[in-house]
Amino acid sequence: MQILKNIFLATIISIGLQTWAQQTPAPAQSETIIVSGATIHIGNGTIINNGYIIFENGKITEVGQGTTRKQGRMIEASGKHIYPGIIAPVSSLGLVEIDAVRATNDDDEIGDFIPNIRSLIAYNAESKVVESMRPNGVLLAQITPQGGGISGTSSVVQLDAWNWEDAAVKVDDGIHVHWPNTFRRGRWWIGEERGWKPNKDYEKDTDAFKMYVANAKAYGGVKSSSKNEGFEAMQGLFNGSKKLYLYAQGEKEIIDGVMACKNAGINEVVLVGGYEAYKIIPFLKQNNVSVIVDRVHSTPDADDDDYDHPYKLPKLLNDGGVTVSLNSRGGMERMNTRNLPFYAGQVVGQGMEKEEALKLITSNTAKILGIDKDYGTLEVGKSATLFVSEGDALDMRTNIVSHAFIDGREVSLETHQTELWKRYSEKYEQK
Amino acid sequence: MKKTFILALLFLFTGMANAQDYFPKNDGVKEENNNNVALTNATLYVTPSQVIKNGTLLIQNGKVVASGSNVNIPKNSITIDLQGKYVYPSFIDSYSGFGIEKPKRQGGGRSPQYDATREGFYWNDHIMPENKGIDKFKYESKDAEELRKLGFGIVNTHLMDGIARGTGVLVALNDESGDATRILNDQSGQFFSFSKSVSSNQSYPGSLMGSMALLRQVYSDMDWYAKGNSKTKDRSLEAMIENKNLISFFEAGDKGNNVRANKIGDQFNINYVIVGGGDEYESIESIKKTNAKYVIPINFPSAYDVSDPYYAKYISLEDMREWNQAPQNLKVLSENGITFALTTYELDKVSEFSKNLQKAIEYGFNKTKALEALTTVPASLLGQSSTLGTLESGKWANFLITSGDIFDKETTLYENWVQGKKHVINDKDTKDIRGVYSLSAGGKNYEMTLSGDISKPKIEVKQDTLKRTSKISYENNWVTFSFEDDNEELHRATALITNSGTGFSGRLVLPNGAETSFTAVRTGDAKADDKDDKKEDGKTPELVPLTYPNVGYGFTTKPRSQNMLFKNATVWTSEAAGVLENTDVLVKNGKIEKIGKNLSGAGVVVIDATGKHLTAGIIDEHSHIAALSINEGGQNSSAEVKIEDVINPEDINIYRNLAGGVTSVQILHGSANPIGGRSAIIKLKWGEDADGLIYKNSPKFIKFALGENVKQSNWQSYGRFPQTRMGVEQLYVNYFNRAKEYDASKKSGKPYRYDEEMEVLAEILNGERFISCHSYVQSEINMLMKVAEKFGFKVNTFTHILEGYKVADKMAAHGVGGSTFSDWWAYKYEVNDAIPYNAAIMTNAGVTTAINSDDDEMSRRLNQEAAKTIKYGGMTEEEAWNMVTINPAKLLHLDNRTGSIKEGKDADLVLWTDHPLSVYAKAEKTIIEGAVYFDLDADKAKREAIKAERNKLIKMMLSEKDGNGGKKRPPMKKDKIDFECETIN
Repeated sequence: MQILKNIFLATIISIGLQTWAQQTPAPAQSETIIVSGATIHIGNGTIINNGYIIFENGKITEVGQGTTRKQGRMIEASGKHIYPGIIAPVSSLGLVEIDAVRATNDDDEIGDFIPNIRSLIAYNAESKVVESMRPNGVLLAQITPQGGGISGTSSVVQLDAWNWEDAAVKVDDGIHVHWPNTFRRGRWWIGEERGWKPNKDYEKDTDAFKMYVANAKAYGGVKSSSKNEGFEAMQGLFNGSKKLYLYAQGEKEIIDGVMACKNAGINEVVLVGGYEAYKIIPFLKQNNVSVIVDRVHSTPDADDDDYDHPYKLPKLLNDGGVTVSLNSRGGMERMNTRNLPFYAGQVVGQGMEKEEALKLITSNTAKILGIDKDYGTLEVGKSATLFVSEGDALDMRTNIVSHAFIDGREVSLETHQTELWKRYSEKYEQK
Repeated sequence: MKKTFILALLFLFTGMANAQDYFPKNDGVKEENNNNVALTNATLYVTPSQVIKNGTLLIQNGKVVASGSNVNIPKNSITIDLQGKYVYPSFIDSYSGFGIEKPKRQGGGRSPQYDATREGFYWNDHIMPENKGIDKFKYESKDAEELRKLGFGIVNTHLMDGIARGTGVLVALNDESGDATRILNDQSGQFFSFSKSVSSNQSYPGSLMGSMALLRQVYSDMDWYAKGNSKTKDRSLEAMIENKNLISFFEAGDKGNNVRANKIGDQFNINYVIVGGGDEYESIESIKKTNAKYVIPINFPSAYDVSDPYYAKYISLEDMREWNQAPQNLKVLSENGITFALTTYELDKVSEFSKNLQKAIEYGFNKTKALEALTTVPASLLGQSSTLGTLESGKWANFLITSGDIFDKETTLYENWVQGKKHVINDKDTKDIRGVYSLSAGGKNYEMTLSGDISKPKIEVKQDTLKRTSKISYENNWVTFSFEDDNEELHRATALITNSGTGFSGRLVLPNGAETSFTAVRTGDAKADDKDDKKEDGKTPELVPLTYPNVGYGFTTKPRSQNMLFKNATVWTSEAAGVLENTDVLVKNGKIEKIGKNLSGAGVVVIDATGKHLTAGIIDEHSHIAALSINEGGQNSSAEVKIEDVINPEDINIYRNLAGGVTSVQILHGSANPIGGRSAIIKLKWGEDADGLIYKNSPKFIKFALGENVKQSNWQSYGRFPQTRMGVEQLYVNYFNRAKEYDASKKSGKPYRYDEEMEVLAEILNGERFISCHSYVQSEINMLMKVAEKFGFKVNTFTHILEGYKVADKMAAHGVGGSTFSDWWAYKYEVNDAIPYNAAIMTNAGVTTAINSDDDEMSRRLNQEAAKTIKYGGMTEEEAWNMVTINPAKLLHLDNRTGSIKEGKDADLVLWTDHPLSVYAKAEKTIIEGAVYFDLDADKAKREAIKAERNKLIKMMLSEKDGNGGKKRPPMKKDKIDFECETIN
């Protein structure tokens, strides 16, 4: 009976891989897996040529050069490349399925300061967009609420799960703050003049944030009989269990934002965006601020800016000694998240070493998100979250993923899209 | 007492003036005054260039009788001695809204209004040629007074609203007479603009190109109506016909729109007088080519407040330059022989006119030309040279009396006579009391300096070199002043000035109230103000040089085609020859001359391309850069509009695209309508004007669109047909049937109503124009092919075509190409099945496939997007590369000119630092027809130059005082729209 059941399952899985099992998360790793003969990109800047990697029960147990005698499932990967799973920070994956269909949008709640809003519970583990990340090597993401002043609380997930509880890697890891701008676009739709002008409400808006933080801190100082969910959610910022993600672009906004956080006793601050962060590198280092740079494939903000400013910004910061990571924020950010490896590749085009650029989407991101104990590099003891590519994964013409593993589970590389590809390729072959 | 008397007099005068001679009179007896007024001994500007010293101007009944040096003064003359004073013809403002109130903006409903609100008029509310300015005119004394203070005697006004605005009124600013006298012409011209009326919410036209198309149609319809072809009455067209011989003024508003207006004029043989924007200096060559006459505003931009560097960074170099360069506009126009009049239009405050004109003169604008632009030129533009503009015999006695050169800052305007009626601005008999005086008062001695304006002098009182608080007023030759002594005690003084030059004395009231007298003995001249220092050094202000285009990253000199030889490159031919290693390419006269090994050429620039890759320039089949508008969403079909009408050659995206190796793009109309507008296909010749970018003998294209956008599914709009894909089909069937009938009736030789939209659709039916159709799902793709087949033509290209892979076999059979995104999807419901394997499947099925951008960011990395087809679907590198070069060239019918490296083709080339499909590659040089438009090293130099120039201009603005050129304005950044298909503007 048991055997029959197993056969039945196996059949389903094998058929499923062809048809609809892209939605079926892989079971836990049951056998030792050895990938060998490949160039191993550790993710910390080093590389092992003709190397092998062994993982058991979801953890990496050995990484080395040459051959191994270890027994297990062998994956021959000569001429191929192994990379740590790519991590997408400040992402709205799984919160929106189809942009234009409002009913599928769960990324942006109303309210100015709503730190208690939690992304995790709305994360759609079965999203067709989420599954399309895996064939490009993007295996983890920090799911983040959007908009507002304090948008809410994010969580880190892995991208092959039955539901959000399965997916969770680090729950409620950070609070996301969109700092006001000193310069603001005229809201012409309510009768203001078009064009960008100094924001007269800047002081007022920043003060509102500071007051909110001060109140949250005061609230935490005493045991209150009446609960305030927002203030409650903020407590992690003061005891260091949560990080504050500060979204700001301009030099002045960054300085004001970081100082406001530090003055309020929030020490773990990560900058998101940082278009002008390269101008204040010593300040960032002094305050231990890492930067998650906005989508590298963007146009410059101002006509007079260098055409390649968004391409080279990560390099400018990295060269200055700042810990840098890349995100894919902007238009169509969810579907574009699968292009994260190419954003790193674009930075290589500006003169950064390839292994250094890889860190921008693996180990640096893991460090920033606080999941580096398990993720971000291919080191012994860490999670076997990795993928195998036919060639250089940072270049679109060679990023061809043959295997991907999350916590040692071999995840499906099939998607709604590959299924349609096969279906219609077959249609034309039938003729 | 005195006041009452003046008031009484005024009433008397007005009463007299308003009475027309055949009107009955009941408040007295009729009397006539046929006396002459002779103004003598003046420096008399009979015309701007004919100046007579000690001249006499003789006027009678509002007209000039004689002017010159030997004028016979009849006995019945009042003589006014103008010794030392100047007389000028008064100014004419040929473009004004004086006395005609603009309608209020109508609040819009939530859903668009497609139909006109009027009956018996043109089908579009924004066409109102039947409006008569005179019907809405009401003389505004206050505004008239303000204009007279600036020297204006005549204004040409109209209702400033709508695209066709009707007729205007020529008015003399004569407060002393009624409309019967001061209205010189109530059909003074007709007026046009590109701007919709604020009084109607009719949605069409919703774009600049729509306004242009509408105007063209109006002129065609006018002709058709005049021939009696209409069965119904159209009061608008009748008015157009009636006004046909009037002068047409066109408010264009900037250098580009000047050219646009002129093009419409050329097409219908109308010589518009174009109201410009003040930026003509930036493209003076294209302005010259219009051969039009202009009315030019002088609203020079004020300096930005750049004191905060965090804010200053937002201001673009383009906007900073405008502040620096704009004051030279009049000089440049005049030196290029362009005929223009000046106007107060567009000034924030009309009172800034004189100051700005002085500024233009300071920047080198010739004073005689200035006077012409205010007198003879507007008179001639208005067809009134025989009555206005000079002080020759028989013309209206409209003149100014001034203390000196009218364009001098220190000059006082005393009187502005209009139609022989005196209007006093400043008392011309005011004695000049400016000077330094030794003041004896209350037993103490002071030094008193009176300076500034003759009629409004400033005072400074010093006691033993210490400044004392003091105040002055001066009116009717009575000077009244007060000052404090060393005990801060107030002394008050007043005196009648009887002569100037020696001094004066009068009543003094001491601090204790005792009355005594003072004397002020003149000891010398007062020094001029320090603010005139700049002028004294005789230098014109520093101007930063113009570039092509005149924005950041513009060229100081336009790139020229050069003969060049690329040595030892890896050459991607995009032809059957494939990729050639270690190969040379010779470029001559803008063409690819030769491809081979060991080539040489005399006098060519040799470029060592060892280790580098040379490819054809990238072609983007679907772009929305370099355009001022993209969608004409006011109607569901807009075949009459042309993107070629609205090219913006200054869009920085042109430069950024060059930096990504792009050399040609098709600028498509957006996807708002099932039938969109006509495309522009351009080469990215950064620095050329709009016409210079457009391909010569360009293949003709039009944008069509299907699906959610044309159904208006994604926003609150339920009123426009079609709302379903079923409706989309029937819309096409209906339009093509109509076009077929239209074409048949046209070809039959019978009279027909020329319809630009139908003309364009007939071109499609006749195979002369190609469709590039925005499309997503398979059902609609199939539908359009079937509609086309039914009407006997082929769809040329499906663009986006994200479900092309589902009907690739049908597409191949129909012979249509596909131009798609590499990996976009999930942004709306109809792209739920979009897959990145689309390009590969279509290619394998035999469809000519291109990768496009529809995005100003992606367009600069199309090489990378092409590379994704290797990852998704296993294209070969050559197949992938063809998708952004020769394939789009084929789709655009440009493959005989560009898109590959082949001898005889245009030398549109890119030299890459690396494998061109690699994410690591950079375009090192981008070349169009042998001219280098982008170069990495040159780009570096430009960055440095931009920094230096910004810094220089910021310093100049910081040193600019408030008040000199107006108050500084807060920093700003223009709201630039990054267009994509769905942008409605």
